[in-house]
Amino acid sequence: MDGAPRSNDATTEGPFLRFGLSGIALLYLALFLVLPLVAVFVEAFAKGFGPFLAAITEPDALSAVKLTLIVAAISVPMNLVFGVAAAWAIAKYEFWGKSFLITLIDLPFSVSPVISGLVYVLLFGAQGLLGPWLQEHDIKIIFAVPGIVLATIFVTFPFIARELIPLMQEQGTSEEEAALSLGASGWQTFWRVTLPNIRWGLLYGVLLCNARAMGEFGAVSVVSGHVRGLTNTMPLHVEILYNEYNFTASFAVASLLALLALVTLVLKSVLEWRYGDEIAASARH
Amino acid sequence: MSWSTARLRQPSVIPGFRLTLGFSLAYLFLIVLIPLGALLLKAGELGIGGILDIAVDRRVLAALKLSFGASLVAALINGVFGLMLAWVLVRYRFPGKKIVDAIVDLPFALPTAVAGITLATLYAKNGWVGSLFGPQTWVGSLFGPKGLMIAYTPLGVIMALTFVGLPFVVRTVQPVLADFDAETEEAAASLGASRLSTFIRVIFPALLPALTTGFALAFARAVGEYGSVIFIAGNIPMVSEIAPLLIVTKLEEYNYAGAAAIAVVMLAISFVLLLVINLLQRWNQARMRA
Repeated sequence: MDGAPRSNDATTEGPFLRFGLSGIALLYLALFLVLPLVAVFVEAFAKGFGPFLAAITEPDALSAVKLTLIVAAISVPMNLVFGVAAAWAIAKYEFWGKSFLITLIDLPFSVSPVISGLVYVLLFGAQGLLGPWLQEHDIKIIFAVPGIVLATIFVTFPFIARELIPLMQEQGTSEEEAALSLGASGWQTFWRVTLPNIRWGLLYGVLLCNARAMGEFGAVSVVSGHVRGLTNTMPLHVEILYNEYNFTASFAVASLLALLALVTLVLKSVLEWRYGDEIAASARH
Repeated sequence: MSWSTARLRQPSVIPGFRLTLGFSLAYLFLIVLIPLGALLLKAGELGIGGILDIAVDRRVLAALKLSFGASLVAALINGVFGLMLAWVLVRYRFPGKKIVDAIVDLPFALPTAVAGITLATLYAKNGWVGSLFGPQTWVGSLFGPKGLMIAYTPLGVIMALTFVGLPFVVRTVQPVLADFDAETEEAAASLGASRLSTFIRVIFPALLPALTTGFALAFARAVGEYGSVIFIAGNIPMVSEIAPLLIVTKLEEYNYAGAAAIAVVMLAISFVLLLVINLLQRWNQARMRA
């Protein structure tokens, strides 16, 4: 996003206005974004390193970390396979109803996280449509790990697909057609031609998908049931500690999530700077 | 190839159409469409009349008003500062610009619960920011004997929603501004337009579709936002209770139909928003091409 700064007087602002605008914009960013980020870490270490370490190594915290990792490890690959399949179907073929399909794929982004959790409660909950059948067969989805995974998949559903669709549309079909005409099979074409072409865009989508999957709160909160040590993810653990006025411990766990956000931002920026052309032109949200 | 696929899609030598589209559709139905269908079914048990009865309940109406009102204010704030940030990031050169550019995405990356507890702590009466507006301070005393309360009031809700929505406006306006043709500006200047009138008459109209799209995206996100709001809101019924929280409350009371009804009302409004956003984006693209 390095637009050439203008030097021509007629098409730029005077120095005072320039400094003024930059000052206000940067101050806004510092107050509204940077200050909260700093505050997370300050609060986490407010009582020193000992209490911080104790808060993140306590058994309930560790089980929350474990559950968060498990949920991300299931939901991200699921959405990865879907993203690649959907992008392949949409980018490589012309068929009826394609733009409607793209709209449907984006749908979870315009649904409140709370509603994303609610729909599964209405489907699988004790009073839900399939509730009685599930109870008969002793299958627990709501207030259990499967519900958390489903809600996470729902909220992160579009991430990888929407990175890959524009990228693969832009790349067209000529390279695949060349490979096929030289005798490669469909799978060979995918692994050796398409995948190398989309790898950075794919990684970019996975990065964003993972950040959301590990950090999701609203949807997961509705389906989890908040059982300590069993159905608590890291964001839910943060909430419980905060509501118990155990602020230092709450911010300690929160700081791990903030660190994840920072790592995500750094990797995302590196991908944008180094492989900007190989990530979809419309990669930015 | 059966007659239907032959008619509905153009032929291609690339294999895998049935596999990829079939899998995508099955996954879409299982994860998204069938669960959303369950929601409509549950709300449908109440009938349109029943849904409306719940929607005009005083507490529900207050929550909807707060959710949509605070989201509108937050999106407006983001419209102004987002445009300013995009402008500074595209047009000016300053040290650390790449880092500043990366930080804009922080609200996308930071889990909402983390943002929630942090903002609540910062804006509380004894917090870093909240204490600046207490009754004992000069700024606070401007707002009366109690000072300006931010956390646990609708103002706190607006602050949280502003945090969440900022990247949408910046990221929508930024590429349009970067692609903006310098010649148009030069032409305006050479014809004697002042910098201000060039901005108002030439640049701003060109940015308006992108700005509106960013505004709408920030607004839509804010309406459904939950995690970053509930800690700072205080969740006082009729005062600072947002609609998504009311859904959770109904669920905890095992009032599934009530929760579904509020959700459907919110979704209906969001659906209209999505439609408007799509139209705006098409309008934007058409203008960009022209």
